[in-house]
Amino acid sequence: MDSMADIKQTFFQECDDLLGELESGLLDMEGGDGDSETVAAIFRAVHSIKGGAGAFGLDNLVAFAHIFETTLDEVRADRLEATPDVLSVLLRSSDVLADLVRAAQNDEELGEEVTTGLVEELSAFVGEKAGAPDEAAAAGGEDISFAPLGTAIDLDDVFGDLDSVEESQRFIIKFRPMPELYANANETVLLMRNLAAMGEVNVACDESQIPTLDVLDPEGAYLSWTITVQTSNSEAELLEIFEFVEDDCTLEIKSEELPDDTIEPELADDETIPAEEEASHTDVEGGKDGVTSGDNTADKDNVVSLAEKKEKPTATAQASKEKDTSDATIRVNLGRIDRLVNLVGELVINQAMLTQGVFDAGLERGDSVEAGLEELKQLTREIQDSVMAIRAQPVKALFQRMSRIVREAARATEKSVHLVMEGEMTEVDKTVVERLADPLTHMIRNAVDHGLETSETRIANGKPAEGTVSLTAAHRSGRVVIEVCDDGAGINRERVRSIAIEKGLISEEDKLSDSDIDNLLFMPGFSTVSKVSNLSGRGVGMDVVKRAIQAVGGKISISSQPGKGSTFSISLPLTLAILDGMVVDVAEQTLVVPLTAIVETLKPMPSDIHDLGAGAKVISIRGEFIPIIDAGISMGYRTEPTDPLTGVVLSVETEDGARAAVIVDSIQDQRQVVIKSLEENYGHVDSVAAATILGDGRIALILDVDSIIDRGGSAVSFHENSLAATG
Amino acid sequence: MPLSVLAVDDSRTMREMLRLALTEAGFEVSLADDGEHGLEVLDGMAPNVIITDINMPIMDGFGFIEGVRRSAEHRVTPILVLTTESAPELKMRAKNAGATGWIVKPFDKDKLVDAIKRVAA
Repeated sequence: MDSMADIKQTFFQECDDLLGELESGLLDMEGGDGDSETVAAIFRAVHSIKGGAGAFGLDNLVAFAHIFETTLDEVRADRLEATPDVLSVLLRSSDVLADLVRAAQNDEELGEEVTTGLVEELSAFVGEKAGAPDEAAAAGGEDISFAPLGTAIDLDDVFGDLDSVEESQRFIIKFRPMPELYANANETVLLMRNLAAMGEVNVACDESQIPTLDVLDPEGAYLSWTITVQTSNSEAELLEIFEFVEDDCTLEIKSEELPDDTIEPELADDETIPAEEEASHTDVEGGKDGVTSGDNTADKDNVVSLAEKKEKPTATAQASKEKDTSDATIRVNLGRIDRLVNLVGELVINQAMLTQGVFDAGLERGDSVEAGLEELKQLTREIQDSVMAIRAQPVKALFQRMSRIVREAARATEKSVHLVMEGEMTEVDKTVVERLADPLTHMIRNAVDHGLETSETRIANGKPAEGTVSLTAAHRSGRVVIEVCDDGAGINRERVRSIAIEKGLISEEDKLSDSDIDNLLFMPGFSTVSKVSNLSGRGVGMDVVKRAIQAVGGKISISSQPGKGSTFSISLPLTLAILDGMVVDVAEQTLVVPLTAIVETLKPMPSDIHDLGAGAKVISIRGEFIPIIDAGISMGYRTEPTDPLTGVVLSVETEDGARAAVIVDSIQDQRQVVIKSLEENYGHVDSVAAATILGDGRIALILDVDSIIDRGGSAVSFHENSLAATG
Repeated sequence: MPLSVLAVDDSRTMREMLRLALTEAGFEVSLADDGEHGLEVLDGMAPNVIITDINMPIMDGFGFIEGVRRSAEHRVTPILVLTTESAPELKMRAKNAGATGWIVKPFDKDKLVDAIKRVAA
């Protein structure tokens, strides 16, 4: 941290944290969980944003934060009750504050219309209260001391310099400190020193009030001074020296005009320059005698004893510093972490290659090299987990953004909506979290706009007037599942079907299951709403949402119950970089099957295999019939199906519960593989999720189980693709 | 010997700004996050001047100033309050707690340095 630009960066980072605290605090209050500490924390958050914004001259931000803060202060002081109405305004204010911060960060200016309405609403809360005039006065005073302050002082300095050439004044200062002045660690000698820095000083000390030693209070104040200052500085500047002590002393400053012909002032100025420089080391010329005598000796003693005490506790200082670092957090540039993730990926590959090499060398079982290798594998895995943990972020920040979306959507559609969040602390890879923001926003808007009914309809259907949208996150078998659930009317399947027919997506005769109909929502160009509302109708359909989620390796599914509501659930990989996979052979090619998709592996018995006509086969696993898919045919490696009995069956399951038995020739190994995107390096290939580099340096394709099952095992035009040959 | 300053503020931004301004002015700077932390850091050091914010979590500026004044070692260490508040009653409260001076944020760097030099023994 060494420049204002860096600090500004810090400021915006801090703002993010503070805005998060602000919003979650307000939501706690809304939920009835807020205590006085919550209110205080909310106030501090806005206060800190205002403070920082002032420092960077972000006037818009300061102005809005100020009125916001003033209102919060009313709440803090129990002068304003946090009714739902008040909280709603405060929440919207926090949204606008976030907008202003964002705008400031991007060096943009938001129009006044963004804040005007809210400023009025906030002012109304403050204005109605009894203490309003005071508040307003304080606010006014504070505003003045913001940005313009620095400028004003600079100007003074400039004029001060000009003055010094032209004229000099003599001031007579009568100064009598009270004991409180010393108790608050102010010091007469320092005041004198500062006066002396302004010009020539002549000090006379009145010692007449010193009592006899028996009644003398060592911390009392018995001396008073008459100081004559010959200076080019203004009276205001002299007063500034006494700024901190004016309440703890009697002070009288009189000015005496000097005759015009004197040239003394300029000389005096010259002389005082060294005095100013040395002021901190030596006593002040002229002021010396008066100041070092009398009641200051008491303080001097104090100073000496202090100096002795200073030496000892350095050890504890060391200790407390160490303590500081132990629970501290640091912010790291994301690029560095990404590099680390990449390196660890390479390490995993390298470790796999090493294992392969050792295996090929044909060492005996139990050899020390093998044991060492095993340890290396363990360590690599731990490093990998740790690196992933660095990238992992709770979805809380993302969820909090959604609460704003709900508020805005509710306002726009004039529906009453309550958002319930669960599992905010669930951690997901940062990249995934970031890329989820847009699709999730759209899903939330949809839930409010299309999912929920209007209050009237709800009441008519015997539901509470307020609709509920719930947003939950949870870890489920190695993946993160995020669900957006509403308690609205559910999907109107009749309508979806007729619209799909109308748009030519399906034909009249098509027989579709409920789930098939629901999935029509994800078809490109599908929109159930005939009138374009100002919310959802922005040309973005669920197909875009689906693609965005697939892009981060996720799946989206839908379930809906008429009259009860709909649930959209997104299932995401924990990380985008590494995958646990089963390495299998198919037609002399090596493939990797994601372990998360595999339920079990088995060697089928002849009695388990059943023909289903037209070459289709099913396998019976514990009484359940599961379609058999030949991986070799699906991938286009061969055209003739192999005998299931000679291969190995991988029982796989997709996110939405579809199952299949994938036949492969043999299983090689189970290991972690580093995912190398095909889309980025080559292009999308059906049935292939990605590729990886194996220990022996060969490339293997990672099977996309879902897409294989979707296609029911039929071969793609894959053989036309040069990618068919791996390695 | 450079002047040593302990600055207590709960805002990371403000701490960094203070560190920058004061280090540039040639001071030796220690930082603390709130009043309680400030007292911990102070235990075992003897800054020439202490700067503190008022609005802080855990222990606010008033509590901090009182705590500093309670210790025999720091009874006469100058304490400057640096805050956005400018209400006279708050100023009075800080003064009664034992504050030496009062500076309103956002601070002018030169003015702050000047004020520190002004109160530093």
